[in-house]
Amino acid sequence: MSNNNHGVREPLFHISRRQDYSLWLAVFVRLAAILLALVVCGVVIVALTGLNPMEVYAGIIDGAVGSSRRLWVTIRDTLALLLVAVAITPAFKMRFWNIGGEGQVLIGATATAAVMIYLGNKVSAPVLFTLMIGASLLAGMVWGVIPALFKAGWNTNETLFTLMMNYVATQIVSFCIVFWENPVGSNSVGIINASTNAGWLPPLFGLTYGWNLVIVLAITVFIYVYLRYSKQGYEIAYVGQSVNTARYAGINVKTVIIRTMAISGALCGLAGFILVSGAGHTISTTLAGGRGFTAIVVAWLSKLNTFTMMIVSFLLTFMAKGAIQIASQFSLNENASEIITGIILFFVLGCEFFINYKVEFRHRHREG
Amino acid sequence: MLLILYGFEYKWGDCRVKDGNAIELRNISKRFGKVVANDHINLSVRYGEILAILGENGSGKTTLMNMISGIYFPDEGQIFVHGEEVTIRSPKDAFPLGIGMIHQHFKLVDVLTAAENIVLGLPGPMRLDIDAVSARIRELAAKYGFDIDPNKKIYEMSVSQKQTVEIMKMLYRGANILILDEPTAVLTPQETEALFAVLRNMRDAGNAIIIITHKLNEVLELSDRVAVLRKGKYVGSVQTAEATVESLTEMMVGSKVTLDIDRLEPIDEPQVRLVMKDVTCVDPEGIITLNHASFTAYGGEILGIAGVAGSGQKELLESIAGLTPKESGEIEYYPPNQPMQVISKFSAVEISRLGIKLSFVPEDRLGMGLVGAMDMTDNMMIRSYRKGGFFWADRRAPKTLAEHIIGALEIVTPGVSTPVGKLSGGNVQKVLVGREIASAPTVLMVAYPVRGLDINSAYTIYSLLNVQKMRGVAVLYVGEDLDVLLALCDRILVLCGGRVTGIVDARTATKEQIGLMMTSSGKEGER
Repeated sequence: MSNNNHGVREPLFHISRRQDYSLWLAVFVRLAAILLALVVCGVVIVALTGLNPMEVYAGIIDGAVGSSRRLWVTIRDTLALLLVAVAITPAFKMRFWNIGGEGQVLIGATATAAVMIYLGNKVSAPVLFTLMIGASLLAGMVWGVIPALFKAGWNTNETLFTLMMNYVATQIVSFCIVFWENPVGSNSVGIINASTNAGWLPPLFGLTYGWNLVIVLAITVFIYVYLRYSKQGYEIAYVGQSVNTARYAGINVKTVIIRTMAISGALCGLAGFILVSGAGHTISTTLAGGRGFTAIVVAWLSKLNTFTMMIVSFLLTFMAKGAIQIASQFSLNENASEIITGIILFFVLGCEFFINYKVEFRHRHREG
Repeated sequence: MLLILYGFEYKWGDCRVKDGNAIELRNISKRFGKVVANDHINLSVRYGEILAILGENGSGKTTLMNMISGIYFPDEGQIFVHGEEVTIRSPKDAFPLGIGMIHQHFKLVDVLTAAENIVLGLPGPMRLDIDAVSARIRELAAKYGFDIDPNKKIYEMSVSQKQTVEIMKMLYRGANILILDEPTAVLTPQETEALFAVLRNMRDAGNAIIIITHKLNEVLELSDRVAVLRKGKYVGSVQTAEATVESLTEMMVGSKVTLDIDRLEPIDEPQVRLVMKDVTCVDPEGIITLNHASFTAYGGEILGIAGVAGSGQKELLESIAGLTPKESGEIEYYPPNQPMQVISKFSAVEISRLGIKLSFVPEDRLGMGLVGAMDMTDNMMIRSYRKGGFFWADRRAPKTLAEHIIGALEIVTPGVSTPVGKLSGGNVQKVLVGREIASAPTVLMVAYPVRGLDINSAYTIYSLLNVQKMRGVAVLYVGEDLDVLLALCDRILVLCGGRVTGIVDARTATKEQIGLMMTSSGKEGER
């Protein structure tokens, strides 16, 4: 080895961006990453718990899709997560860092619950649903537009603003629970309209969550088309890329910011409607359950492609459900199952690096 | 004109000054790729002297000073500080030598006070005695006549106060060789006066001061000696007392270079296309950037706009495009066969909505004109996407346009779907110019369209502009190379300090005449 003679030693490896992108490579790398993740998880499981990893994996699958009921619960939660992810996507496409999805969902849910509680048994079903949906959209929109107005008018930091709006929303829910307590003293709202089911989304095509499915998939497709093929979608992309260029080109940047956040917030509010009317039939401060934040992970993991979000939100929900199952089945700490989710995410995210970059090792040429 | 040699006797002998050269540069060269920024430059500055370095944009002034302050390292040549040869690899090497540079863009922490900024990064005991620091700052301030409050936070300060903090930062560190890069560009006349008084005090105390500028009146007012650079070369230096505006201008612009650029004769009857009447712009700092500017642009001619950097060229174009708010004044737009419109009240949003045929190739191509991460189709689309119905954006027409422009302007690109940021500078500019021309403008504004372009691309751009001129378009061309302006344009409008100092016929004007108008603000400019 006479590398030192050159004065400059060639590094062990160097990294360069791939010029040639191939679909097969991408598929192969991702599959390999998942396999590797399962292997590493297996080692970790054996090391930490002494359990048979295959049994643990079976437990995860069983917990997520093991029975028809479990499958539908997983689908229901996937849909809720997917809707929030799709809802925040226009804002992120505009590089408006909306981390207030949580609050927008909560406030939409609160509006839905309010309509259910006060008008549930007084108006006909079509009117009631129209009002519930309208209220949730409007509430979410207001929650989204407030930070947008300040951003557009005074260039305030939207990250902090939207984050703080979450806490305000939580407080409003706590406040409402005081009035809506049922039974009194429980400090919870209980199941709303438990006897009449007024304002509960009815089954569709015989499926309990049929409406959820239709609404969420329709919005997923709509946002895909909106961002990719519409004029407004183009403006959003332009503002996201360069505010300066957008201004030069005669785009009204303030209007775009406010309009986009109105759409984003309204759809988050609709997710609140789905959670109350189509799933839990109740309201609490933890109703959004961190979906507003998980949705950000889903959106960026999917590179803001709403169809990819279907897969990603299913994967995350699947792991979460499986985690609960193995926690109880093997009496493991819940953290143990989160470690497994973490390892899988680590590999799946990490493999993106190998899809975009090439690692070349030092050539082992011998001199002489 | 006299070229004074280095051995000239110094008249500040009664002051207690250190003797000899503070800095001497010998045969300093610096290249960036193929561009020679500094070509074998010899220069010196003494203690107790204010040396002005004068030159047009791109003449290599800042590059040269950056080598003294350690930001760049020279390719060739030697630097002597106080008679000893030194190696300055980074600003850290420059500080112990007593060299401090004050850049155009300040490097201060907004939320800290002046005193905190001044001691930031200096070694010292664990516990910082900020009162002692403040006392020392006040002492220095009193010595040189500064007006500074050590406990004021940076974000509460005006631009000139921030500059004072920057200067104080250098003095506090014991700098006795101060380099100021266009220090007056951001100051009002009163603030400039105050700065000059401080600089004179510092000189009288025996410091060496180098000031980079292209304002001739300031050079004459402040400096003791002037060194002139032109296109990276050292032209010479003169004692300020023996220099005049004319002699300095001649040194700065040099003799006329004949370029082989076609200038076609204007079409028969020039039609008025754009009239600017008495427009004034003030930036957020309160500085007047465009001062009662008036002119008329005709269809079928190229109106050149000359001026040193930051004389109001940007504001002139952007105020027409509706991107810079106007304090006062009016802009009239005369479309062919249609009634006149007053467009000064419109923003860029309204101008594009009203279909006013104004095209603008801005100076910042990828930060303003184009989106680097988007492909050609999407970049073409920005001018046409509003057409058609409410919802769907038409991508087919812009794609056809992109393909057409690639063919017509010979753009080298893998295809319409390659992000424009990946193209070379010349091709990026062709994409931008191609798009702006494609909308068949009545008025076409271009800012520094050939900056950074190789010679062939530059000539392509010139001929594109000529085609537009022959089509009857009113072309506004902001440029920095006077030879190009004189060869290409029909008339040249000269800006100085936001003021229109004159409009000349490019066929008869001389470089000296324009150079004089560019550099002399105030009285000389208005004669």
